[in-house]
Amino acid sequence: MKVLKKDPEKCIACHACEETCSKLYFKEENPDKACLRIKETDSHPEIITCTQCGECIDICPVIAITRDKNGIVRIDQKKCVGCFMCVGFCPELAMFMHDDYIEPFKCVSCGQCVKVCPTGAIYISEE
Amino acid sequence: MILNEYKYELGTIERGYNNRSLYINLSDNTIKEKEVTQFMKDKFIGGKGFGLWYLWNAVTPETKWNDPENEIVIAHGPIAGITQYPGSGKSLVVTLSPLTHMPMDSNVGGYFGPYLKFSGFDALELQGKAEKDVIIFIDGNRGIVQIMESDVEEKDSHLLSEILTDRFAKNEEDKKNVSVVSTGSAADNTLIGLLNFSFYDIRRKAVRLKQAGRGGIGTVFRDKKIKALVVRFEGTKGNLNNPADQGKINKAGIKLHREICLLDDKQNRMRKIGTANIIEIMDQYDLLPIHNYKFGSHKDTYKISSDKFQARVTQGLPDGCWYGCSLSCAKAADDFIPETGPYKGQKVIVDGPEYENAAALGSNIGVFDRDAVLELNFYCDTYGIDTISFGTLTAFIMECYENGILDKEKTGGLELYFGNKEAALELIHQMARGEGFGKIAGLGIRRMKKIFIEEYGADADFLNDIGMEQKGLEYSEYLSKESLAQQGGYGLTNKGPQHDEAWLIFMDMVNNQIPTFEDKAEALHYFPMFRTWFGLMGLCKLPWNDIVPEDNKYTDEPAKIPEHVQNYVDLFNGITGKNIDKHELIRQSERVYNFQRIFNIRMGYGKRIHDRTPYRSMGPVTEEEYLSRQERYDNQLKELVGIDPEGMTTKEKIAALRKYREDQYEKLTDAVYQRRGWTMDGVPTIKKLKELDMDIPELIEVVEQHL
Repeated sequence: MKVLKKDPEKCIACHACEETCSKLYFKEENPDKACLRIKETDSHPEIITCTQCGECIDICPVIAITRDKNGIVRIDQKKCVGCFMCVGFCPELAMFMHDDYIEPFKCVSCGQCVKVCPTGAIYISEE
Repeated sequence: MILNEYKYELGTIERGYNNRSLYINLSDNTIKEKEVTQFMKDKFIGGKGFGLWYLWNAVTPETKWNDPENEIVIAHGPIAGITQYPGSGKSLVVTLSPLTHMPMDSNVGGYFGPYLKFSGFDALELQGKAEKDVIIFIDGNRGIVQIMESDVEEKDSHLLSEILTDRFAKNEEDKKNVSVVSTGSAADNTLIGLLNFSFYDIRRKAVRLKQAGRGGIGTVFRDKKIKALVVRFEGTKGNLNNPADQGKINKAGIKLHREICLLDDKQNRMRKIGTANIIEIMDQYDLLPIHNYKFGSHKDTYKISSDKFQARVTQGLPDGCWYGCSLSCAKAADDFIPETGPYKGQKVIVDGPEYENAAALGSNIGVFDRDAVLELNFYCDTYGIDTISFGTLTAFIMECYENGILDKEKTGGLELYFGNKEAALELIHQMARGEGFGKIAGLGIRRMKKIFIEEYGADADFLNDIGMEQKGLEYSEYLSKESLAQQGGYGLTNKGPQHDEAWLIFMDMVNNQIPTFEDKAEALHYFPMFRTWFGLMGLCKLPWNDIVPEDNKYTDEPAKIPEHVQNYVDLFNGITGKNIDKHELIRQSERVYNFQRIFNIRMGYGKRIHDRTPYRSMGPVTEEEYLSRQERYDNQLKELVGIDPEGMTTKEKIAALRKYREDQYEKLTDAVYQRRGWTMDGVPTIKKLKELDMDIPELIEVVEQHL
């Protein structure tokens, strides 16, 4: 299974990953609409990513979240009723939402962000 | 056979309202739409406010519960149907109760309310009586309402709701889009019938039931010859309410989801065991009703403690009764096999256990047996019987039996002593069959007292002391003897003694936060008003204080949970686009609360005399009770009453304590009436109605006769 991994020490908080992600997902360069987040702190930036742990699968009241054949946790937007319980219960706080949409969104390990990261702070790992 | 069909235009919900309701008359099969007016929204908001208003207009002071003009109104509320905030899928059911002859309201989960709303209606009014059993079907996607003759033979809810879900769903995937309201065979033969609201559990692949339990609403349902209501709506999304500010709602919801995720395991374990988490806590504080509320704790409570139930609750996945409820108090015991009755030997699902059920069907009747409690719970639900009324009235019967007021001859052979689970189970089966002593028991405590006094020569004073009913409704399951505020919390209510309005025992007795009459009166004003608000909105009370923010104890008023109150203000404003604050929230409730009080008065009740409570709720009735807590009571005589108990007989001590406690209750009543803006006879004043903008001529007309 492909998982997006992180090495926060290398992160320079350029936010290129967020911009790429939101553009890919929502056709818009908007870090608030990215499936991963770079949180700037006093020390190293914090990188928030999905580990594909699947805790959200059992939280979802309509079984809209499942693991696909490649092991990636995915949301079926049609089934989703927008309760955002998965957002509140994610151990990594890596389930995201935006008020423009009634369904949450998450990283599916597509790896597009990795391609634009100048320092290798994020990378795809085969687990 | 379809008796009538009505087609309606599908619409969209605007800021939480459809602005129309559905009216059905079963006497002539009328189906029509009614406008929900601005007046209704301003004064009554929604939910039970709408229910009470429609009922007020449907009945006269002479109307009886089984007259055709009595209505059952099911309404949700402007916030109902959102999926982001826990506990937002409630229906409020209102009718004239066969037990109290006054308006009853009951708050229930399941998907019916939200689907009714998404189908286009803010309320459903059911009036008249059908000739033969009918099923009413609302197709919320095609815009069709049908009244059809019932061809379903099954009489009990677990089967009825399953059969009708199967019939009205297009396929397995579609079952979650169907919700059924039904009751069971005992609703035909008792006055304590309830309504089961279903939701389809997609993980268990089974129909689950939630109950509108109190006050005999199921009995009225069957009197109207309604077999079931079915609604189908496909396409639930999180924004169907078209709120003014979805973001505000999302923010409040996600914040609470996070709070529950991080704190529920440390606080009330609602996700793990639900309301049953408090069984042993109540016992510890001497508050768990034992043997018809004689005592508050028992050596065998451990046998029905929450861990015993938790071991029986299967699946391990928390589930809510509406989407988005991360508090998820709903529980079920799968593959339960009853040992008695028509479903003996079959695998069934028992919804629960809830705390109230464990106390009512367990400790209060002396049955310290987990599986017996589950079996009674299963039969109460599927037969359509209120577990609280059943437990409390059975406890009353058992005390009468042990005192020789009843015997085997009068009960038709049932040995109804405390702890006899076989007899309790047989009693419930008799209620379902409409046979034997079960028919008398099913009339409720108030009517039983009359029969036992008039026909069996029982001592009226004793029965009035130990019969735990007030206004005709059986008490819910807490011992209020040592908490004056909770005695008022039960007694000074609109619909009868339940804990839906106020639960003040810990604030009062354990934490001593409301020591004076004025403090208690303030609590008995604020909390009933605050909690009334849930019923106007289509909300559940539990996510308000069964989870609290980590820093809640440092706030100015921890008992109110200020952060959560603000969440509710945000939800209302987010939905409607209005700009209320926490004070206006209370005023919204006050309008409906006072309206309900006046409704009671209009029906010939609702005065001070009706707020009196049986002495068992206030103190020790018998020597056995006094002696069991002698040190406590002796000390109270010394310290509170100023009497030296030395040399007094137990009888004398009971009488002295009683005089003191009854006097305290009267003083509390004075203080509460004053705080609520009522006369000392319990009548809302015109000044109060003016302050609330509720000086509507028809209300003034009622109160004027009593001022």
